[in-house]
Amino acid sequence: MPGFTHLDHNSYSDSYILQILRSVQSIAIVGASATWNRPSNFAMKYLLKKGFQVIPVNPSAVGKKICGETVFPDLTSLPGSVDMVDIYRPAQEAPQLVEESIEIGAKVFWMQLGIRSNEAAQIAEKAGLQVVMDRCPKIEFSRLFGELGWNGINTGVISNRRQRI
Amino acid sequence: MKQLHPQFGFNTLAVHAGTAPDPATGARSFPIYQTTSYVFDDADHAASLFNLQAPGFIYSRLTNPTVAALEEKLATLEGGRGGTVTSSGQAAETLALFPLMAPGMEVIVANKLYGGTINLMGKSYQKFGWDAVFVDSDNPEAFRQAITKKTRAIFIESLANPGGVVMDIESIAKVANEAGVPLVVDNTMATPFLCQPMEWGADLVVHSTTKFLSGQGNAVGGVVIDSGKFTWLENSKFPSLSTPSPEYNGLTFAETFGDLAFTMYSHAISLRDLGCSQSPMNAWITLNGVETLPLRVERHCSNGLTVAKFLEKHPSVEWVSHAGLESSPYYKLGKKYMPDGTGSVFTFGVKGGYESGLKMLESVELFSHVANIGDTRSLILHPASTTHRQLTEEQRIAAGSGPEVIRLSIGIECAEDIIADLDQALRSLG
Repeated sequence: MPGFTHLDHNSYSDSYILQILRSVQSIAIVGASATWNRPSNFAMKYLLKKGFQVIPVNPSAVGKKICGETVFPDLTSLPGSVDMVDIYRPAQEAPQLVEESIEIGAKVFWMQLGIRSNEAAQIAEKAGLQVVMDRCPKIEFSRLFGELGWNGINTGVISNRRQRI
Repeated sequence: MKQLHPQFGFNTLAVHAGTAPDPATGARSFPIYQTTSYVFDDADHAASLFNLQAPGFIYSRLTNPTVAALEEKLATLEGGRGGTVTSSGQAAETLALFPLMAPGMEVIVANKLYGGTINLMGKSYQKFGWDAVFVDSDNPEAFRQAITKKTRAIFIESLANPGGVVMDIESIAKVANEAGVPLVVDNTMATPFLCQPMEWGADLVVHSTTKFLSGQGNAVGGVVIDSGKFTWLENSKFPSLSTPSPEYNGLTFAETFGDLAFTMYSHAISLRDLGCSQSPMNAWITLNGVETLPLRVERHCSNGLTVAKFLEKHPSVEWVSHAGLESSPYYKLGKKYMPDGTGSVFTFGVKGGYESGLKMLESVELFSHVANIGDTRSLILHPASTTHRQLTEEQRIAAGSGPEVIRLSIGIECAEDIIADLDQALRSLG
């Protein structure tokens, strides 16, 4: 267990993000959109393709399927636990979503690009969850596993080995 | 110089960034992916790629692995978030402005620039309805006074071509920042080894990679590098990035891609539609060139300053404009922005004006008379009769290319051989 840590949430080491992406298998996306060209839908489709189990959470899309997956109204309605909760919701909702994430036994609380909440981070870290804020798991996965450079992006990855895809 | 990577320094990054061993074969020298297109795994994979839902290759007008490696290397060396490599430096300028400009909008442009840029912005952009407003590049206040509601960008060169002029990047960046528009800096003459404009507040950097980056006068190319720091969603000036794009299925680039938005737009829309992509072969040549950039630029700089000092004392020379000379009005700015050297491209005035200038060109035996700079070979040019020929006399003088002006691009040969050639050519003028 990582325990109670005060991480610098302005910059994360590649090893911190890698360890999270390697350790999680199931991800609940809160605020997943049923509209194909919304950022949350992009991320969900990508993460499914990479082999993660992804569960969309969105009260206004209950009864629909997003990327073929059944939608749940909130985290506490999920049939079981998930390893990670990834939120596409405004920062002020983050502390409440952390409480629910703790309740269902999530190990990682991830806030999307543009979402920052130190309050949520403190609650999560106190309960032993790892926290990432203001990042996108799709971008981070593709950056660290050699795909993002395909679009001319500076990945920061220097390697003397073949890239693992 | 700012820290570009948590672990590695500039020279290491010049060699390694973007060019890890080939994932398919383990090839250590980065392969030339000489292909136009890439097979899709299935219909859904194809759809994901076209929708930009997954990174991947579709068609080499948009992205290509060899070109992408060069983009990542150059973005890393400039401290940027992403890069878009183009067919030439001129194409890079248009690509930098394309997401920002619209008919009736203005770009404020420094008046001391490469002649080709003055033509492009002052004349050809009028056909797009883009208005270039030229201001005195020595006066940051002039940039501020030129700001209007229609301003969408400021464009300067860090070290101006044909030479000797250093612009006050930090002060001009402040003007751009306060006006809520990006500062675009052409860093061709300095290269990221000598100056990193983003460290001083530039939002976008462009290069002609044809020059010092490829370095041997053998591959035309350009690049646009985005800092990833400009907040496109903060005002309504840049709808291409901040609102749903009708030209891309209603995607809002700034929202979907965050700090990658400019680079994603540049590939998905600018290169798709303008088509000014670089060939994989040229990208490979340039990748190899950049690996030795630090070594070459050090030699270019030391040779350049030695030659400038020689010319300054020569009886047939009226003046020398090199920011590394203490006599230069740009000496202080040079020390601030380019402490390791102010490049090897500079101008001098030959006694006897236009006629002497032409005779000088015909008398050199080592220098090559060509319209290029940043080659391993020493190069010589008379701007008034060539690169700056299409400008008015007034524009030529403002751009530092009057009738008596000779431009040199000092190579990496022996300094004494370069000096001997110039000396015999100057003596032949009588």
